[in-house]
Formats: sequence, C-alpha cells, structure tokens
Amino acid sequence: METIIEVKNLKKSYDGIIAVNRIHFKVYRGEIFGFLGPNGAGKTTTINMLTGLARITEGQIFLRGKDVTHDIQSVQKIIGVVPDENNLYEELSGFDNLCFCGALYGMKKNDRERIARELLNLFGLKDAGRRKFSEYSRGMKRKLTFAAALMHEPEILFLDEPTTGIDVASVRHIRNLIRELNRKGATIFLTTHYIEEAERLCHRVAFIDRGKIITTDTVEKLLDANRDAHMVDFRFAPVSFDISQLTEKLHSRFPHISCVLRDPGTIRITSRQVTDIAPVVSFLASSGLLVQEARIIKPTLEEAFVKATGIEINLMKK
Amino acid sequence: MNSAIAFRNILFKDMKNYYLKPPNISWGLIFPFAWMGMLLIKSGSAFSISEVFPGIVALSILFGTTSMLSVTITFERKSRSFERLLLAPLKTELLILGKITGAILFGIFNSIIPVFLCACILKAPVNNWFLLAAGIMLLSITSTLLGLFISVAATEVFEAQTYSNFFRFPMIFLCGLFIPVTSLPLLLKPLSFILPVTYGVDILHYSISESNFLPPVIDLIILSVFSIVLFYFSIYNIRRKWIK
Ligand SMILES: Nc1ncnc2c1ncn2[C@@H]1O[C@H](COP(=O)(O)OP(=O)(O)O)[C@@H](O)[C@H]1O
Ligand SMILES: [Mg+2]
Repeated sequence: METIIEVKNLKKSYDGIIAVNRIHFKVYRGEIFGFLGPNGAGKTTTINMLTGLARITEGQIFLRGKDVTHDIQSVQKIIGVVPDENNLYEELSGFDNLCFCGALYGMKKNDRERIARELLNLFGLKDAGRRKFSEYSRGMKRKLTFAAALMHEPEILFLDEPTTGIDVASVRHIRNLIRELNRKGATIFLTTHYIEEAERLCHRVAFIDRGKIITTDTVEKLLDANRDAHMVDFRFAPVSFDISQLTEKLHSRFPHISCVLRDPGTIRITSRQVTDIAPVVSFLASSGLLVQEARIIKPTLEEAFVKATGIEINLMKK
Repeated sequence: MNSAIAFRNILFKDMKNYYLKPPNISWGLIFPFAWMGMLLIKSGSAFSISEVFPGIVALSILFGTTSMLSVTITFERKSRSFERLLLAPLKTELLILGKITGAILFGIFNSIIPVFLCACILKAPVNNWFLLAAGIMLLSITSTLLGLFISVAATEVFEAQTYSNFFRFPMIFLCGLFIPVTSLPLLLKPLSFILPVTYGVDILHYSISESNFLPPVIDLIILSVFSIVLFYFSIYNIRRKWIK
C-alpha cells in the first residue's frame, strides 16, 4: 500500500493550550480514513495543519512525499478541502462560486464552466446554480461547499465533519457521493463525531481525544475486539420509583454480566458468553419492571470507541 | 499552474462585488462635490481652484481606498471566505496583489471626477499632466497599502473602519493639503514626514501649480520605497498572523 499522507510527531499549541499532542498516523492511497473524536479533540486543528491553514508547532507532515512546511503550494494543488463551516461567497451565485474556485487553481474558463455544470448536476443543485449562495438552505450550502472542493479534481480530499448539522436527505446524498468519489480513486480524510458515520464510511479509523490518538485500526479489527461481547437491551415501561440501584443489584445476582442503564427506559447487559435471558427478565419483573422488549445488540464501533477512550457516548451525540 | 488566471479572477470578483456596486460608485461621484461645496462655504465665494485642486483629488483617493480595502478584507476573513484564497496554491504576494489591485483602480477612478471638475469645468491650469497621473497612481497605491496594513491589524469590520478613520483624519491636516507642511508647528512636522500621503500631495501640488516643497523626483522615489516596504511588511505580517 502506498502511503499518501504521513504525519510524524505532530504537535500544535495555541499560547500554551495544546490542541494536538504528538500524533502519528499514515493514510494510504485510495482509502477513506476517519478521524473520530468529540468536540474539541483536535480534528479541525489537524486538518488545518495538513492543508496549510495552520502552522505546525512541532513534527512533520508529508503529502505524497512533499513536506507541507516547505512546499505548501505543490501540496495545495492536489488537495481539496471541505471546511467545517461553509466558506463560499454569500453574494455570488452557486455557479459563480464554483467557477471562482476553479479559477484559483488556474483552470481555463471553458473547463471551469463545464466542470461547474457537471458538479451542480452531481449534487442535485442544477436549478439553484443561478441563485445566490446566501439564499441556499443549510444542506444546499454544504453540498455546494463540497462541490467547490472538487473543482480542480483533487487526489486527496479533506472533509471536516461533512454531514454535521444538515438534513437527513442531504446526509445520505453526501455519504453516497463520498463512497462514489472514493471508488473513482480519491483518497479521503474525514473527521466526524458521529461514530456510526465512521463505521459506515471509513476503511480505517483513528480515535482522537484531547489532542491524542488513542488507537488507529481498520474498522473490522476495531469491531473484532468486541466480537465476543454479547449484548442485550431490555426495554421496559416507565416506572415511578428510583431504579438507579437496579444495575448493581442485577450484577450481584448475575455476576458474569455487566449492566448499564442506557436511558431511563433501557438496561443493557453485556457478557462474554451467550446468556439465558429468561432469569434476567424474571428478576427485572420481580423488581417491579414490566419488560416490553429484549433485543440482541450487534457489536458496533461504539463499544470499541467507548472501551478505547472511556468517553460516554451521550457526550458524543450531544 | 496559470497564476494569471487566479489573479485576474480575484481582481474581477472584487470589482464586481465591491467596487462597482452602486453605493460605492455614487460615493466616488458625490464625494468630490461635497468637499468642494464645503470649501466654498468655508471661504465665502472666492477660493483659488488651483489651491484646492490637489486636496480634493488626494482626499477622494484616500477616502475611496483605505477603508474599502480594509473593510472588504476584514469582512472576507470574518466570513471565512478568505480561507478559500489561503487554501489555493498561490503565492501570498500574488494573492495580495490581486486583492489590492481592485482598490488601487477604485482610487484612480475616484480621482477622475475631481480632475475633470477642476481642470475641465473650472479651468484650473495643470502644469504637468504626466506627473499628475503619476501622483494619482502613487497616492492610490500608498493609500491602498495603508488599508492593507489596517486589515492586518483588525479582526472585526468595525475595527477596520475605526482604524481607517484614525489614520485618515489627522492626515488631512498633516499632509500639506490645507496647511503647507513647511508652516506646520515644529512638533508636528516629523509626523507629517512619515506619512506617505504627504509626498503624494506634494507631487500633486507640483503638477498643478508648482507649489511643492520637495523636488518631484524625490517624492516619486520616497513613495516607491514606501510602497515596496509597506507591501512586503504587510505580506510578512499576513504570513505570521493569518496562518496561525
Ligand atoms: N485558533 C485557536 N486559538 C486557540 N485555541 C484553539 C484555536 N483553534 C482551536 N483551539 C483549541 O484547540 C482544541 C482543539 O480544537 P479543534 O481542533 O477545533 O477540535 P475539533 O475540531 O476536534 O472539535 C480546542 O480546545 C480548541 O479550543
Ligand atoms: Mg472541528
């Protein structure tokens, strides 16, 4: 596998605050690499250093063998960036925005206009091409910002939280496009705080928290680490009494399982072997709960993430 | 990589989006009339057109460029569209040149009306048209570069405006427009000499009525040096401050 991005001992501090703390990772040509972490983990700061928008405090970055610190312009020619916030010109139309972005890369008028039209079609914005960017909805703005990053047909794409804060239909559309672009050969570096997005889209994922990479692996390997975990969610009718002690009681009654209260109406049990759920249900019933549903949970990246970082999922989802 | 395409498009976009917008065009048209009206009221009916000619030209340029450039750049930085330019594979010098050229042209455009008004309508004699043009151009360049200097210091649009005024209003009195530099109080003279506009105004004085205090060649050299230093100093600051 050819390494296309190599990051060595990368550090960034802002007046004493360490935003990125000596991270190492490699991205291979043709993969979708995910940077998964909660808000403030250092994802955007890392992208900014990779793309020339932030100075590196310590360490090195190579993109296709070129040192970002010394040869940023050669690097910028082959990369496309979708920033965390839309940064196109509000007063220009969608079409003009795309053409302007193409011109910044030295594209000729005919090429810019042709590709701009193709991209408007691809992103379902054909009819909005003549409208001003300021009149677009959030989802449309996100799509046009994405399209703008593709004008010069970059080899490597940096996507900073590409689906955060937009409608479900646009999210699906954008995710399909990411897969499509990757199939056509683009290497993609994406950050997200949605675990399920990383799991669905990425080939490899790095968990990042408070400026440090906790672990980096393929999604399969990360899932494998939890393959032997058997999980069942019990959903019960709302109760009026305090159930905060229940998980402990359950654990002392069935020592081989661990339990957590997922929300006020769901208890999750996890064990290393297949568990007979009938005694658990009757125990819960004897504690005054009316169990309405028991569901087997397939291990997801979520468990691997929680195990590796110790971060509560609720904090990630906000 | 064809940098000329990028340069041209940065320039055209700014012209279309900012400088050729009706409010800015009409500003360039009304401003000189307003100043002349003011002077007329101040001095009763009779004032020598040759005396105020340089002042009106210089002020039209100064007020057209400095705040325009600093406000537009600060606005683009605030709305983050400036990041687009920083992400593009362009030399900082080229990018900034693209941004300032629009403002320089706008400054020159702003001088057309007062020149036309004074020279053609009010028949003020012009001693040297070539130096008048050179003076206008260099004044546009230096006042635009002052705007660039301001936009590096400002982070909010209102700051850009405040700083522009902070520079401009004292300049009106210090650069020899209405009070000759030679008759300024001793304490204020050094201040006047560090202002590039002083030398631009001196060229205008020479080109219109030969009432200059320095030889025009010296003025031209000083202004060129000023421009180059200001440009590279701003580039240095931009690299240091905008790529954090
Ligand atoms: N320009 C800046 N100045 C000071 N601190 C910053 C700056 N940018 C980011 N940080 C800090 O660096 C940390 C990481 O931020 P960021 O990279 O934006 O996180 P993420 O994108 O993962 O949410 C945060 O603590 C943030 O407050
Ligand atoms: Mg971020």
